[in-house]
Amino acid sequence: MKIQSTEVIDTFAEAFKMWATRIIITAENSKWALEAAHSVTGFATSVIGCKCEIGIEAEIPETDTPDNRPGISILIFAGSANAVAKRIVDRVGQCIMTCPTTACFNGLDVENKVKSGGKLRYFGDGFQASKLLDGRRIWRIPVMEGEFLVDDSFGVQPAVGGGNILLLGNNIKTTLRAAEAAVIAMRKIPGIILPFPGGIVRSGSKPGSKYKALPASTNDAYCPTLRSTSPHSELPPNVGCVFEIVIDGLDEVSVARAMRSGIHAAAGQNDPLTISAGNYGGKLGEFHFKLHQVLQEVDG
Amino acid sequence: MVDIEFGYHQQKPNPIIMKLSLHTQPEVPLEAEVITTKELYDKNEVEISRLSLFHGNQKVPLGEFFKVTGKFENSVEIEGDLSRVKLIGCGMSSGKLIVDGNVGTHLGAGMTGGEIMVTGDGGDWVGREMSGGRILIKGNAGHMVGSAIRGSSVGILGGEIIIHGNIKNEAGSAMRRGMIAVGGNSGDFTGVNMLAGTVLVLGQMGIRNGAGMKRGSIITMQNTEMLPTFNYACTYQPSFLRFYFNHLRQLGLAIKDSFLDGVYQRWTGDSIELNRGEILILQP
Repeated sequence: MKIQSTEVIDTFAEAFKMWATRIIITAENSKWALEAAHSVTGFATSVIGCKCEIGIEAEIPETDTPDNRPGISILIFAGSANAVAKRIVDRVGQCIMTCPTTACFNGLDVENKVKSGGKLRYFGDGFQASKLLDGRRIWRIPVMEGEFLVDDSFGVQPAVGGGNILLLGNNIKTTLRAAEAAVIAMRKIPGIILPFPGGIVRSGSKPGSKYKALPASTNDAYCPTLRSTSPHSELPPNVGCVFEIVIDGLDEVSVARAMRSGIHAAAGQNDPLTISAGNYGGKLGEFHFKLHQVLQEVDG
Repeated sequence: MVDIEFGYHQQKPNPIIMKLSLHTQPEVPLEAEVITTKELYDKNEVEISRLSLFHGNQKVPLGEFFKVTGKFENSVEIEGDLSRVKLIGCGMSSGKLIVDGNVGTHLGAGMTGGEIMVTGDGGDWVGREMSGGRILIKGNAGHMVGSAIRGSSVGILGGEIIIHGNIKNEAGSAMRRGMIAVGGNSGDFTGVNMLAGTVLVLGQMGIRNGAGMKRGSIITMQNTEMLPTFNYACTYQPSFLRFYFNHLRQLGLAIKDSFLDGVYQRWTGDSIELNRGEILILQP
Protein backbone atom coordinates (compact mmCIF):
# COMPACT_ATOMS: atom_id res chain seq x y z
CA MET A 1 0.00 0.00 0.00
CA LYS A 2 1.25 3.48 -0.80
CA ILE A 3 0.46 6.83 0.76
CA GLN A 4 1.89 9.38 -1.62
CA SER A 5 5.48 8.20 -2.07
CA THR A 6 5.57 6.22 1.19
CA GLU A 7 5.31 2.46 1.08
CA VAL A 8 3.37 0.89 3.94
CA ILE A 9 4.39 -2.73 4.38
CA ASP A 10 1.67 -5.33 4.81
CA THR A 11 2.64 -6.35 8.30
CA PHE A 12 1.41 -5.84 11.83
CA ALA A 13 2.46 -4.39 15.16
CA GLU A 14 2.32 -6.86 17.98
CA ALA A 15 1.21 -5.39 21.30
CA PHE A 16 0.67 -6.70 24.78
CA LYS A 17 -1.93 -6.59 27.49
CA MET A 18 -0.92 -4.22 30.26
CA TRP A 19 -2.69 -2.35 33.05
CA ALA A 20 -2.90 1.39 33.17
CA THR A 21 -4.02 4.37 35.18
CA ARG A 22 -4.46 8.05 34.47
CA ILE A 23 -3.17 10.61 36.95
CA ILE A 24 -4.05 14.29 36.94
CA ILE A 25 -1.32 16.54 38.26
CA THR A 26 -2.34 20.08 39.14
CA ALA A 27 -0.27 22.97 40.41
CA GLU A 28 -0.31 26.67 41.06
CA ASN A 29 0.56 27.25 37.42
CA SER A 30 1.25 25.17 34.33
CA LYS A 31 5.02 25.50 34.78
CA TRP A 32 4.98 23.53 38.02
CA ALA A 33 2.45 21.02 36.77
CA LEU A 34 4.78 20.37 33.86
CA GLU A 35 7.83 20.16 36.13
CA ALA A 36 6.13 17.43 38.13
CA ALA A 37 5.00 15.68 34.96
CA HIS A 38 8.52 15.67 33.56
CA SER A 39 9.87 14.31 36.80
CA VAL A 40 7.29 11.55 37.21
CA THR A 41 7.61 10.41 33.60
CA GLY A 42 11.40 10.20 33.76
CA PHE A 43 13.12 6.82 33.44
CA ALA A 44 9.87 5.19 32.38
CA THR A 45 10.41 4.25 28.74
CA SER A 46 10.05 0.49 28.90
CA VAL A 47 8.87 -2.12 31.38
CA ILE A 48 11.96 -4.10 30.45
CA GLY A 49 14.28 -1.78 32.33
CA CYS A 50 12.05 0.69 34.16
CA LYS A 51 9.24 -1.53 35.54
CA CYS A 52 6.70 0.76 33.90
CA GLU A 53 6.00 2.99 30.93
CA ILE A 54 4.78 6.50 31.60
CA GLY A 55 4.14 9.54 29.49
CA ILE A 56 2.32 12.80 29.34
CA GLU A 57 -1.09 12.41 27.76
CA ALA A 58 -2.32 15.99 27.62
CA GLU A 59 -2.40 19.39 29.21
CA ILE A 60 -5.68 20.07 30.96
CA PRO A 61 -7.13 23.56 31.31
CA GLU A 62 -7.94 24.67 34.83
CA THR A 63 -11.63 24.58 34.06
CA ASP A 64 -11.44 20.80 33.70
CA THR A 65 -9.25 19.79 36.62
CA PRO A 66 -10.58 18.64 40.01
CA ASP A 67 -9.27 21.69 41.86
CA ASN A 68 -9.56 24.20 39.01
CA ARG A 69 -5.84 24.68 38.67
CA PRO A 70 -3.74 24.07 35.55
CA GLY A 71 -3.16 20.38 35.05
CA ILE A 72 -1.36 17.64 33.17
CA SER A 73 -2.65 14.13 32.67
CA ILE A 74 -0.20 11.27 32.57
CA LEU A 75 -0.73 7.59 31.87
CA ILE A 76 1.13 4.86 33.76
CA PHE A 77 1.40 1.36 32.27
CA ALA A 78 2.70 -1.77 33.96
CA GLY A 79 2.24 -5.51 33.81
CA SER A 80 -0.49 -5.82 36.43
CA ALA A 81 -2.85 -3.72 38.51
CA ASN A 82 -0.66 -4.34 41.51
CA ALA A 83 2.43 -3.20 39.62
CA VAL A 84 0.65 -0.01 38.60
CA ALA A 85 -0.28 0.58 42.23
CA LYS A 86 3.36 0.27 43.31
CA ARG A 87 4.57 2.63 40.62
CA ILE A 88 2.00 5.21 41.69
CA VAL A 89 3.26 5.07 45.25
CA ASP A 90 6.91 5.28 44.19
CA ARG A 91 6.61 7.97 41.61
CA VAL A 92 3.90 10.17 43.07
CA GLY A 93 5.73 10.07 46.38
CA GLN A 94 9.09 10.97 44.93
CA CYS A 95 8.25 13.15 41.97
CA ILE A 96 4.88 14.82 42.54
CA MET A 97 4.58 15.19 46.30
CA THR A 98 8.06 16.72 46.33
CA CYS A 99 7.23 19.28 43.65
CA PRO A 100 6.07 22.74 44.81
CA THR A 101 2.32 23.45 44.84
CA THR A 102 1.23 20.20 43.20
CA ALA A 103 -1.73 17.95 43.91
CA CYS A 104 -2.43 14.55 42.42
CA PHE A 105 -5.81 13.15 41.44
CA ASN A 106 -7.27 10.05 39.90
CA GLY A 107 -8.18 10.55 36.26
CA LEU A 108 -9.74 7.19 35.46
CA ASP A 109 -13.34 6.66 36.50
CA VAL A 110 -13.49 2.87 36.35
CA GLU A 111 -14.57 0.09 38.67
CA ASN A 112 -11.13 -1.31 39.50
CA LYS A 113 -9.30 0.86 42.01
CA VAL A 114 -5.97 0.68 43.79
CA LYS A 115 -5.43 2.50 47.08
CA SER A 116 -2.10 4.10 46.32
CA GLY A 117 -2.95 7.46 47.89
CA GLY A 118 -4.03 5.54 50.94
CA LYS A 119 -0.44 4.30 51.23
CA LEU A 120 1.20 7.61 50.47
CA ARG A 121 -0.68 9.12 53.40
CA TYR A 122 1.69 7.45 55.85
CA PHE A 123 4.29 10.03 54.90
CA GLY A 124 2.19 12.28 57.09
CA ASP A 125 3.47 10.36 60.10
CA GLY A 126 0.11 10.41 61.80
CA PHE A 127 -0.61 14.08 61.07
CA GLN A 128 -2.38 13.29 57.81
CA ALA A 129 -6.11 13.79 57.52
CA SER A 130 -8.64 12.82 54.93
CA LYS A 131 -11.78 14.38 53.54
CA LEU A 132 -14.62 12.40 52.05
CA LEU A 133 -16.82 14.38 49.69
CA ASP A 134 -19.41 12.95 47.32
CA GLY A 135 -17.85 9.49 47.61
CA ARG A 136 -14.32 10.70 46.95
CA ARG A 137 -11.69 10.41 49.69
CA ILE A 138 -8.78 12.81 49.47
CA TRP A 139 -5.76 12.77 51.74
CA ARG A 140 -4.25 15.93 53.11
CA ILE A 141 -0.62 15.24 53.83
CA PRO A 142 1.12 18.04 55.71
CA VAL A 143 4.31 19.22 54.00
CA MET A 144 6.65 22.14 54.62
CA GLU A 145 4.85 24.27 52.06
CA GLY A 146 1.35 23.52 53.33
CA GLU A 147 -0.54 20.41 52.31
CA PHE A 148 -0.17 17.85 49.54
CA LEU A 149 -3.53 16.57 48.31
CA VAL A 150 -3.77 13.10 46.81
CA ASP A 151 -6.73 10.91 45.96
CA ASP A 152 -7.08 7.83 48.11
CA SER A 153 -7.76 5.55 45.14
CA PHE A 154 -6.80 5.48 41.50
CA GLY A 155 -8.67 3.70 38.75
CA VAL A 156 -6.83 0.97 36.87
CA GLN A 157 -7.92 -0.83 33.75
CA PRO A 158 -6.60 -3.36 31.25
CA ALA A 159 -4.71 -1.57 28.51
CA VAL A 160 -2.52 -2.05 25.47
CA GLY A 161 1.24 -1.66 25.51
CA GLY A 162 3.72 -1.83 22.69
CA GLY A 163 1.76 -0.71 19.67
CA ASN A 164 4.34 0.61 17.23
CA ILE A 165 5.34 1.78 13.82
CA LEU A 166 8.78 1.60 12.26
CA LEU A 167 9.94 4.38 9.96
CA LEU A 168 12.57 3.25 7.49
CA GLY A 169 14.32 6.15 5.77
CA ASN A 170 17.39 6.95 3.80
CA ASN A 171 19.15 9.01 6.42
CA ILE A 172 18.80 10.42 9.90
CA LYS A 173 17.71 13.89 8.79
CA THR A 174 14.70 12.91 6.71
CA THR A 175 13.69 9.95 8.86
CA LEU A 176 13.79 12.07 12.01
CA ARG A 177 11.70 14.72 10.26
CA ALA A 178 9.07 12.12 9.43
CA ALA A 179 9.15 10.68 12.95
CA GLU A 180 8.78 14.11 14.53
CA ALA A 181 5.78 14.85 12.35
CA ALA A 182 4.27 11.53 13.35
CA VAL A 183 4.81 12.24 17.04
CA ILE A 184 3.13 15.64 16.82
CA ALA A 185 0.09 14.06 15.18
CA MET A 186 -0.07 11.07 17.51
CA ARG A 187 0.13 13.15 20.67
CA LYS A 188 -3.16 14.77 19.75
CA ILE A 189 -4.92 11.44 20.25
CA PRO A 190 -6.39 11.05 23.76
CA GLY A 191 -5.80 7.89 25.72
CA ILE A 192 -2.28 7.17 24.50
CA ILE A 193 1.30 7.95 25.38
CA LEU A 194 4.57 7.64 23.52
CA PRO A 195 6.90 6.61 26.35
CA PHE A 196 10.29 7.05 24.68
CA PRO A 197 12.34 10.27 24.56
CA GLY A 198 10.53 12.75 22.38
CA GLY A 199 8.20 9.88 21.47
CA ILE A 200 10.87 8.21 19.33
CA VAL A 201 13.11 5.22 19.98
CA ARG A 202 16.23 4.43 17.97
CA SER A 203 17.25 1.32 19.90
CA GLY A 204 14.35 -0.99 19.23
CA SER A 205 14.81 -4.37 20.84
CA LYS A 206 14.03 -8.00 20.30
CA PRO A 207 13.30 -10.37 23.17
CA GLY A 208 16.27 -12.33 24.49
CA SER A 209 19.98 -12.17 23.84
CA LYS A 210 22.96 -14.39 23.34
CA TYR A 211 23.86 -13.24 26.85
CA LYS A 212 21.61 -15.13 29.22
CA ALA A 213 21.29 -12.35 31.76
CA LEU A 214 19.67 -9.99 29.29
CA PRO A 215 15.90 -10.12 28.68
CA ALA A 216 16.19 -8.07 25.49
CA SER A 217 18.82 -6.99 22.99
CA THR A 218 19.21 -4.85 19.92
CA ASN A 219 16.79 -5.46 17.10
CA ASP A 220 19.48 -6.48 14.63
CA ALA A 221 16.94 -7.04 11.87
CA TYR A 222 16.44 -3.25 11.70
CA CYS A 223 20.03 -2.05 12.29
CA PRO A 224 21.37 -0.65 9.01
CA THR A 225 24.95 -1.40 9.99
CA LEU A 226 24.08 -5.09 10.31
CA ARG A 227 22.38 -5.49 6.96
CA SER A 228 25.24 -7.56 5.67
CA THR A 229 25.94 -9.27 8.98
CA SER A 230 22.65 -10.18 10.62
CA PRO A 231 20.93 -13.25 9.24
CA HIS A 232 17.56 -11.61 9.95
CA SER A 233 17.96 -8.21 8.32
CA GLU A 234 14.70 -6.74 7.09
CA LEU A 235 16.21 -3.67 5.51
CA PRO A 236 16.46 -2.94 1.81
CA PRO A 237 19.77 -1.44 0.62
CA ASN A 238 18.57 2.18 0.49
CA VAL A 239 17.63 2.32 4.20
CA GLY A 240 20.21 4.08 6.34
CA CYS A 241 18.12 4.91 9.42
CA VAL A 242 15.18 3.39 11.31
CA PHE A 243 13.12 4.99 14.04
CA GLU A 244 10.40 3.31 16.02
CA ILE A 245 7.46 5.00 17.68
CA VAL A 246 5.99 2.94 20.50
CA ILE A 247 2.40 3.58 21.55
CA ASP A 248 0.77 2.57 24.81
CA GLY A 249 -2.96 3.15 25.02
CA LEU A 250 -5.90 2.70 27.28
CA ASP A 251 -7.59 0.60 24.61
CA GLU A 252 -7.07 -0.84 21.13
CA VAL A 253 -9.08 1.85 19.42
CA SER A 254 -6.87 4.62 20.78
CA VAL A 255 -3.69 2.82 19.77
CA ALA A 256 -5.01 2.20 16.27
CA ARG A 257 -6.05 5.83 15.92
CA ALA A 258 -2.61 6.98 16.96
CA MET A 259 -0.90 4.60 14.54
CA ARG A 260 -3.11 5.76 11.69
CA SER A 261 -2.54 9.39 12.53
CA GLY A 262 1.22 8.90 12.80
CA ILE A 263 1.52 6.99 9.54
CA HIS A 264 -0.33 9.68 7.62
CA ALA A 265 1.73 12.46 9.21
CA ALA A 266 5.03 10.71 8.48
CA ALA A 267 4.03 9.96 4.93
CA GLY A 268 3.00 13.56 4.46
CA GLN A 269 6.62 14.72 4.69
CA ASN A 270 7.21 13.41 1.16
CA ASP A 271 10.64 12.10 2.03
CA PRO A 272 11.70 8.64 0.83
CA LEU A 273 10.18 6.42 3.48
CA THR A 274 8.92 2.95 4.16
CA ILE A 275 6.67 2.28 7.12
CA SER A 276 6.64 -1.06 8.84
CA ALA A 277 5.89 -2.38 12.31
CA GLY A 278 7.54 -4.58 14.90
CA ASN A 279 6.20 -8.00 15.78
CA TYR A 280 7.32 -11.34 17.09
CA GLY A 281 5.60 -13.49 14.55
CA GLY A 282 2.33 -13.04 16.35
CA LYS A 283 3.30 -15.50 19.06
CA LEU A 284 3.82 -13.20 22.02
CA GLY A 285 1.36 -10.34 22.03
CA GLU A 286 -2.41 -10.44 22.46
CA PHE A 287 -3.02 -7.56 20.06
CA HIS A 288 -2.12 -7.44 16.37
CA PHE A 289 -2.48 -4.10 14.62
CA LYS A 290 -2.34 -4.81 10.89
CA LEU A 291 -1.09 -1.65 9.23
CA HIS A 292 -3.27 -1.87 6.14
CA GLN A 293 -6.33 -2.59 8.23
CA VAL A 294 -5.53 0.23 10.64
CA LEU A 295 -5.29 2.65 7.71
CA GLN A 296 -8.62 1.57 6.30
CA GLU A 297 -10.51 2.13 9.53
CA VAL A 298 -12.25 5.43 9.94
CA ASP A 299 -12.18 7.45 13.12
CA GLY A 300 -15.53 7.45 14.84
CA MET B 1 -45.84 23.03 41.14
CA VAL B 2 -42.49 23.56 42.78
CA ASP B 3 -40.23 25.70 40.65
CA ILE B 4 -37.01 26.16 42.50
CA GLU B 5 -33.38 25.94 41.56
CA PHE B 6 -31.32 23.35 43.33
CA GLY B 7 -28.10 23.71 41.41
CA TYR B 8 -27.37 20.68 39.29
CA HIS B 9 -30.30 18.88 40.88
CA GLN B 10 -32.71 21.32 39.38
CA GLN B 11 -35.59 19.29 38.08
CA LYS B 12 -39.07 20.13 37.00
CA PRO B 13 -41.41 17.76 38.76
CA ASN B 14 -43.14 15.25 36.57
CA PRO B 15 -46.79 16.27 36.04
CA ILE B 16 -47.92 12.89 37.38
CA ILE B 17 -45.51 12.94 40.29
CA MET B 18 -46.97 11.76 43.57
CA LYS B 19 -48.09 14.72 45.62
CA LEU B 20 -49.14 14.91 49.25
CA SER B 21 -51.01 18.13 49.98
CA LEU B 22 -51.67 19.12 53.56
CA HIS B 23 -55.36 20.03 53.70
CA THR B 24 -55.83 20.24 57.47
CA GLN B 25 -53.39 21.98 59.74
CA PRO B 26 -52.65 19.76 62.77
CA GLU B 27 -53.32 21.29 66.17
CA VAL B 28 -50.39 19.43 67.71
CA PRO B 29 -47.37 17.98 65.90
CA LEU B 30 -47.92 15.12 63.51
CA GLU B 31 -45.35 12.35 63.59
CA ALA B 32 -45.06 11.40 59.95
CA GLU B 33 -42.14 9.01 59.70
CA VAL B 34 -44.12 7.03 57.12
CA ILE B 35 -43.61 9.86 54.63
CA THR B 36 -40.49 8.42 53.06
CA THR B 37 -39.87 7.04 49.61
CA LYS B 38 -39.40 3.60 51.16
CA GLU B 39 -42.87 3.56 52.74
CA LEU B 40 -44.61 5.12 49.76
CA TYR B 41 -42.97 2.88 47.21
CA ASP B 42 -45.33 0.65 45.28
CA LYS B 43 -48.45 1.92 47.06
CA ASN B 44 -51.45 3.54 45.41
CA GLU B 45 -53.27 6.65 46.60
CA VAL B 46 -55.73 4.69 48.74
CA GLU B 47 -53.05 2.63 50.43
CA ILE B 48 -51.00 5.70 51.21
CA SER B 49 -54.02 7.52 52.59
CA ARG B 50 -54.45 4.66 55.06
CA LEU B 51 -50.90 4.83 56.41
CA SER B 52 -50.81 5.69 60.09
CA LEU B 53 -49.56 8.93 61.59
CA PHE B 54 -49.52 10.04 65.18
CA HIS B 55 -51.41 13.23 65.86
CA GLY B 56 -50.24 13.88 69.36
CA ASN B 57 -50.88 10.52 70.97
CA GLN B 58 -53.67 9.58 68.58
CA LYS B 59 -53.07 7.23 65.66
CA VAL B 60 -54.74 8.68 62.57
CA PRO B 61 -54.75 7.80 58.86
CA LEU B 62 -52.57 9.95 56.67
CA GLY B 63 -55.57 10.89 54.58
CA GLU B 64 -57.03 12.77 57.53
CA PHE B 65 -54.42 15.47 56.94
CA PHE B 66 -53.09 14.92 53.43
CA LYS B 67 -54.67 14.63 50.02
CA VAL B 68 -52.72 12.08 48.00
CA THR B 69 -52.57 12.34 44.21
CA GLY B 70 -50.41 11.01 41.39
CA LYS B 71 -48.19 8.03 40.95
CA PHE B 72 -45.01 7.24 42.82
CA GLU B 73 -42.02 7.57 40.47
CA ASN B 74 -39.18 7.52 42.97
CA SER B 75 -39.95 11.05 44.04
CA VAL B 76 -42.68 12.67 46.10
CA GLU B 77 -43.74 16.28 46.40
CA ILE B 78 -45.25 17.46 49.67
CA GLU B 79 -46.90 20.84 49.89
CA GLY B 80 -48.36 23.00 52.60
CA ASP B 81 -47.16 24.50 55.85
CA LEU B 82 -45.58 21.40 57.35
CA SER B 83 -43.91 23.15 60.27
CA ARG B 84 -45.90 20.93 62.62
CA VAL B 85 -45.13 17.74 60.73
CA LYS B 86 -42.17 15.88 62.22
CA LEU B 87 -39.88 13.12 60.97
CA ILE B 88 -40.53 13.52 57.26
CA GLY B 89 -37.97 11.43 55.35
CA CYS B 90 -36.90 9.67 58.53
CA GLY B 91 -34.67 6.70 57.66
CA MET B 92 -34.96 7.35 53.94
CA SER B 93 -32.50 5.39 51.80
CA SER B 94 -33.22 6.40 48.20
CA GLY B 95 -35.37 8.55 45.97
CA LYS B 96 -36.30 12.18 46.36
CA LEU B 97 -38.65 14.14 48.60
CA ILE B 98 -39.49 17.69 47.64
CA VAL B 99 -41.15 19.78 50.32
CA ASP B 100 -42.78 22.92 48.98
CA GLY B 101 -43.04 24.97 52.15
CA ASN B 102 -41.77 24.85 55.70
CA VAL B 103 -41.13 21.58 57.45
CA GLY B 104 -41.09 20.39 61.06
CA THR B 105 -38.44 18.87 63.27
CA HIS B 106 -36.31 15.78 62.68
CA LEU B 107 -36.40 16.10 58.90
CA GLY B 108 -34.43 13.21 57.36
CA ALA B 109 -33.41 11.84 60.73
CA GLY B 110 -31.26 8.77 60.33
CA MET B 111 -31.50 8.80 56.55
CA THR B 112 -28.96 6.71 54.68
CA GLY B 113 -29.47 7.86 51.10
CA GLY B 114 -31.63 9.80 48.68
CA GLU B 115 -32.36 13.51 48.66
CA ILE B 116 -34.70 15.82 50.51
CA MET B 117 -35.25 19.33 49.23
CA VAL B 118 -37.17 22.00 51.08
CA THR B 119 -38.17 25.33 49.61
CA GLY B 120 -38.97 26.91 52.97
CA ASP B 121 -37.53 26.59 56.45
CA GLY B 122 -36.57 23.48 58.37
CA GLY B 123 -37.04 22.92 62.09
CA ASP B 124 -34.69 21.61 64.77
CA TRP B 125 -32.75 18.36 64.42
CA VAL B 126 -32.48 18.42 60.63
CA GLY B 127 -30.71 15.23 59.53
CA ARG B 128 -29.80 14.15 63.02
CA GLU B 129 -27.73 10.99 63.00
CA MET B 130 -27.98 10.57 59.24
CA SER B 131 -25.34 8.47 57.50
CA GLY B 132 -25.87 9.22 53.83
CA GLY B 133 -27.87 11.15 51.28
CA ARG B 134 -28.44 14.87 50.99
CA ILE B 135 -30.76 17.39 52.62
CA LEU B 136 -31.02 20.80 51.01
CA ILE B 137 -33.03 23.59 52.60
CA LYS B 138 -33.48 26.89 50.81
CA GLY B 139 -34.54 28.74 53.94
CA ASN B 140 -33.40 28.63 57.54
CA ALA B 141 -33.21 25.77 60.01
CA GLY B 142 -33.25 25.44 63.76
CA HIS B 143 -31.03 24.01 66.44
CA MET B 144 -29.03 20.77 66.32
CA VAL B 145 -28.68 20.51 62.55
CA GLY B 146 -26.84 17.26 61.72
CA SER B 147 -26.23 16.44 65.32
CA ALA B 148 -26.35 13.53 67.72
CA ILE B 149 -29.44 13.10 69.84
CA ARG B 150 -29.07 13.82 73.53
CA GLY B 151 -27.15 11.08 75.27
CA SER B 152 -25.62 9.74 72.07
CA SER B 153 -21.87 10.07 71.63
CA VAL B 154 -21.85 10.00 67.83
CA GLY B 155 -23.76 12.25 65.47
CA ILE B 156 -24.01 12.02 61.73
CA LEU B 157 -21.92 9.38 60.02
CA GLY B 158 -22.09 10.75 56.51
CA GLY B 159 -24.17 12.58 53.95
CA GLU B 160 -24.60 16.26 53.24
CA ILE B 161 -26.79 18.94 54.74
CA ILE B 162 -26.92 22.25 52.91
CA ILE B 163 -28.86 25.13 54.45
CA HIS B 164 -29.03 28.27 52.35
CA GLY B 165 -30.15 30.45 55.24
CA ASN B 166 -29.28 30.67 58.92
CA ILE B 167 -29.21 27.96 61.56
CA LYS B 168 -29.20 28.00 65.33
CA ASN B 169 -27.07 26.30 67.98
CA GLU B 170 -25.04 23.10 68.10
CA ALA B 171 -24.91 22.26 64.41
CA GLY B 172 -22.81 19.17 63.76
CA SER B 173 -22.72 18.17 67.39
CA ALA B 174 -20.55 15.03 67.70
CA MET B 175 -20.57 14.48 63.95
CA ARG B 176 -18.29 11.68 62.80
CA ARG B 177 -18.31 12.15 59.02
CA GLY B 178 -20.13 14.11 56.34
CA MET B 179 -20.63 17.78 55.54
CA ILE B 180 -22.85 20.55 56.84
CA ALA B 181 -22.81 23.76 54.82
CA VAL B 182 -24.60 26.92 55.87
CA GLY B 183 -25.07 29.85 53.55
CA GLY B 184 -25.96 32.24 56.37
CA ASN B 185 -25.06 32.40 60.03
CA SER B 186 -24.82 29.68 62.62
CA GLY B 187 -25.53 29.85 66.32
CA ASP B 188 -23.35 29.00 69.28
CA PHE B 189 -21.38 25.78 69.73
CA THR B 190 -21.11 25.05 66.02
CA GLY B 191 -19.28 21.73 65.68
CA VAL B 192 -19.32 21.06 69.40
CA ASN B 193 -17.75 17.71 70.27
CA MET B 194 -17.03 16.97 66.61
CA LEU B 195 -15.26 13.68 66.00
CA ALA B 196 -14.55 14.36 62.33
CA GLY B 197 -16.29 15.71 59.25
CA THR B 198 -16.69 19.20 57.86
CA VAL B 199 -18.84 22.19 58.78
CA LEU B 200 -18.77 25.26 56.54
CA VAL B 201 -20.43 28.50 57.54
CA LEU B 202 -20.38 31.26 54.99
CA GLY B 203 -21.80 33.79 57.42
CA GLN B 204 -21.09 34.59 61.04
CA MET B 205 -20.72 31.87 63.66
CA GLY B 206 -21.79 32.28 67.27
CA ILE B 207 -19.52 31.64 70.22
CA ARG B 208 -17.67 28.59 71.58
CA ASN B 209 -17.36 26.93 68.21
CA GLY B 210 -15.56 23.59 68.08
CA ALA B 211 -15.71 23.17 71.83
CA GLY B 212 -14.56 19.66 72.66
CA MET B 213 -13.85 18.73 69.06
CA LYS B 214 -11.40 15.88 68.50
CA ARG B 215 -10.92 16.01 64.74
CA GLY B 216 -12.71 17.55 61.80
CA SER B 217 -12.87 20.94 60.14
CA ILE B 218 -14.94 24.03 60.79
CA ILE B 219 -14.57 26.61 58.07
CA THR B 220 -15.94 30.11 58.19
CA MET B 221 -15.76 33.16 55.99
CA GLN B 222 -16.20 35.62 58.87
CA ASN B 223 -13.94 36.31 61.78
CA THR B 224 -14.94 34.54 64.95
CA GLU B 225 -13.99 34.49 68.59
CA MET B 226 -11.77 31.51 69.36
CA LEU B 227 -11.87 29.48 72.51
CA PRO B 228 -8.66 29.75 74.56
CA THR B 229 -8.10 26.03 74.05
CA PHE B 230 -7.50 26.56 70.33
CA ASN B 231 -4.02 27.45 69.06
CA TYR B 232 -3.06 29.47 66.03
CA ALA B 233 -1.02 27.38 63.54
CA CYS B 234 -0.52 29.43 60.39
CA THR B 235 -2.14 31.41 57.62
CA TYR B 236 -2.19 29.45 54.37
CA GLN B 237 -4.21 28.41 51.35
CA PRO B 238 -5.96 25.11 52.10
CA SER B 239 -6.38 23.72 48.61
CA PHE B 240 -8.81 21.01 49.67
CA LEU B 241 -11.43 23.71 50.20
CA ARG B 242 -11.70 24.09 46.45
CA PHE B 243 -13.45 20.73 46.30
CA TYR B 244 -16.03 21.80 48.83
CA PHE B 245 -16.63 25.20 47.29
CA ASN B 246 -16.95 23.81 43.78
CA HIS B 247 -19.37 21.21 45.05
CA LEU B 248 -21.43 23.76 46.97
CA ARG B 249 -21.45 26.13 44.04
CA GLN B 250 -23.00 23.39 41.95
CA LEU B 251 -25.61 22.95 44.65
CA GLY B 252 -26.57 26.59 44.40
CA LEU B 253 -24.79 28.21 47.34
CA ALA B 254 -23.33 31.64 46.63
CA ILE B 255 -19.62 30.88 46.66
CA LYS B 256 -17.35 33.83 45.93
CA ASP B 257 -14.08 33.40 44.07
CA SER B 258 -12.36 34.93 47.07
CA PHE B 259 -13.35 31.86 49.09
CA LEU B 260 -11.49 29.61 46.66
CA ASP B 261 -8.42 31.76 46.27
CA GLY B 262 -8.28 33.19 49.76
CA VAL B 263 -5.89 32.63 52.62
CA TYR B 264 -7.16 31.21 55.88
CA GLN B 265 -5.99 31.27 59.45
CA ARG B 266 -5.67 27.75 60.77
CA TRP B 267 -6.43 27.18 64.42
CA THR B 268 -6.11 23.72 65.94
CA GLY B 269 -8.00 22.32 68.86
CA ASP B 270 -9.67 21.53 71.03
CA SER B 271 -6.55 21.06 73.15
CA ILE B 272 -8.59 19.68 76.02
CA GLU B 273 -9.29 16.81 73.64
CA LEU B 274 -7.11 15.37 70.84
CA ASN B 275 -6.17 18.79 69.49
CA ARG B 276 -6.57 17.35 65.99
CA GLY B 277 -9.48 19.46 64.88
CA GLU B 278 -9.16 22.68 62.93
CA ILE B 279 -11.00 25.93 62.47
CA LEU B 280 -10.19 27.75 59.24
CA ILE B 281 -11.04 31.44 59.06
CA LEU B 282 -10.95 33.34 55.77
CA GLN B 283 -8.77 36.43 56.02
CA PRO B 284 -10.04 39.68 54.57
